[in-house]
Amino acid sequence: MVESLRFRDAALAKRVVEKIRRLASKQETVKICHVCGTHEWTITHFGLRSLLPSNVEVIAGPGCPVCIVPASEFDEAIQLALKGKVVVCFGDVLRVPGSKMSLLDAKAEGADVRVVYGVGDAVKMAEKERDKEFVFFAVGFETTAPSTAVEVVKKPPENISFLVSHRLIPPAMKLLVEMKDLSLNGFVAPGHVSTIIGVKPYRVFPELYGMPTVIAGFEPLDVLFGVYMILKQLSEGKPRLENEYVRAVRQEGNVKAQELMKKVFEVVDGKWRGLGTIPSSTLKLREECETFDACLRYDVKVEDGVDIQPGCKCHLVIIGKVKPTECPLFMKACTPQKPVGPCMVSSEGTCQIWAKASKRT
Amino acid sequence: MMVACLLGRLLWLVFRSFERNGFICVLVHVSVILMCLAIPAKVVNIKGDGARVDFGEGVLREVNVMLVDAKVGDYVLVHAGYAIEVLSEEEALETLRLWNEILDAAEA
Repeated sequence: MVESLRFRDAALAKRVVEKIRRLASKQETVKICHVCGTHEWTITHFGLRSLLPSNVEVIAGPGCPVCIVPASEFDEAIQLALKGKVVVCFGDVLRVPGSKMSLLDAKAEGADVRVVYGVGDAVKMAEKERDKEFVFFAVGFETTAPSTAVEVVKKPPENISFLVSHRLIPPAMKLLVEMKDLSLNGFVAPGHVSTIIGVKPYRVFPELYGMPTVIAGFEPLDVLFGVYMILKQLSEGKPRLENEYVRAVRQEGNVKAQELMKKVFEVVDGKWRGLGTIPSSTLKLREECETFDACLRYDVKVEDGVDIQPGCKCHLVIIGKVKPTECPLFMKACTPQKPVGPCMVSSEGTCQIWAKASKRT
Repeated sequence: MMVACLLGRLLWLVFRSFERNGFICVLVHVSVILMCLAIPAKVVNIKGDGARVDFGEGVLREVNVMLVDAKVGDYVLVHAGYAIEVLSEEEALETLRLWNEILDAAEA
């Protein structure tokens, strides 16, 4: 695009860090929460925490879409795979533990479980292999849900159905802000979720909760400026909603994607792994699209699963209450090669990001 | 699984190219297929809902452009095979200008 664009300019970074330090010196402690696995990756990979003053803490919220899907929904996918359906999923989903096993374990037992880059690939497979029944395990936040909606609207072949596990970010942010013991001072809102939903859904945070909120991109400078903007708002005592990622996030978001999502999905209450039920946080296929609902088609429903394995602190890592290094299993019983909890499985899980970064240093 | 490895390798090349050139991008070192990552790519041609996009260094892929109004030459953010937004070069330049302005103002 523009080769002269310098979104990783070290000199700029030094200057903004200096400004952050100056603003932070006037504050007591500041706890900023982001809710995106890719933000956590940027922060950890580029060592941004080490640049911040000691009274500014950036914690990772529930930004890993694979980590927050409850075990019961994985159990449903595993059941379908063991019943002879071809379960198609994203790579990150494969090793996430259900109550007793993962989809990879099911594959080892002979089930047909396949990994794809996107839902379109699953539909193409179903078109080619008409004699098999396909189930696409649709995991992901608002960034991913429109792609599922596109395929449902396009009337895919009859031999494919969808196990919809899409979740919505703003209701989870609401849960975090209402957790008084987390005592957050600001949000870095996720850039690519915002590409779809736009700016409006975050208004509630500054307006109702007095929480500075900045939508930020994923370059290290994006994140640093996000932190700077939050500190600036705190020092002025004027919490507001700002968009730092204007090159990809429009005010209204992606209206086409929003309309498609509304056409295909309805918003219902939903369980999040380790967090319980969050009101209006989950997408479900509308009645007119129910023929593509895998649970209804094959009469599969698992109410409760084992979300957290003994000793695992994923449910606390997911909301930033506990750092991965504070979990007794981290890099001992639980490693990226042999993960115990979902946060260590997914490349967007806080534990895996920390584990890989610690290996590098 | 071979496809997964191959794609991981391709994305790694993209990562390296972006790292070297400093393009606007979100990048993650991938060894498996990620699901919540969006990478910018240039639209090479469009046919109906599909488009061929260039991720750099000759990495070309068919993606779905039903969710955006993209034209040939635009940069789109691609997530899991679907373009989710057209990137604005103007806004990218504006961001850099604003950053410098903020820093200069704060120093004054």
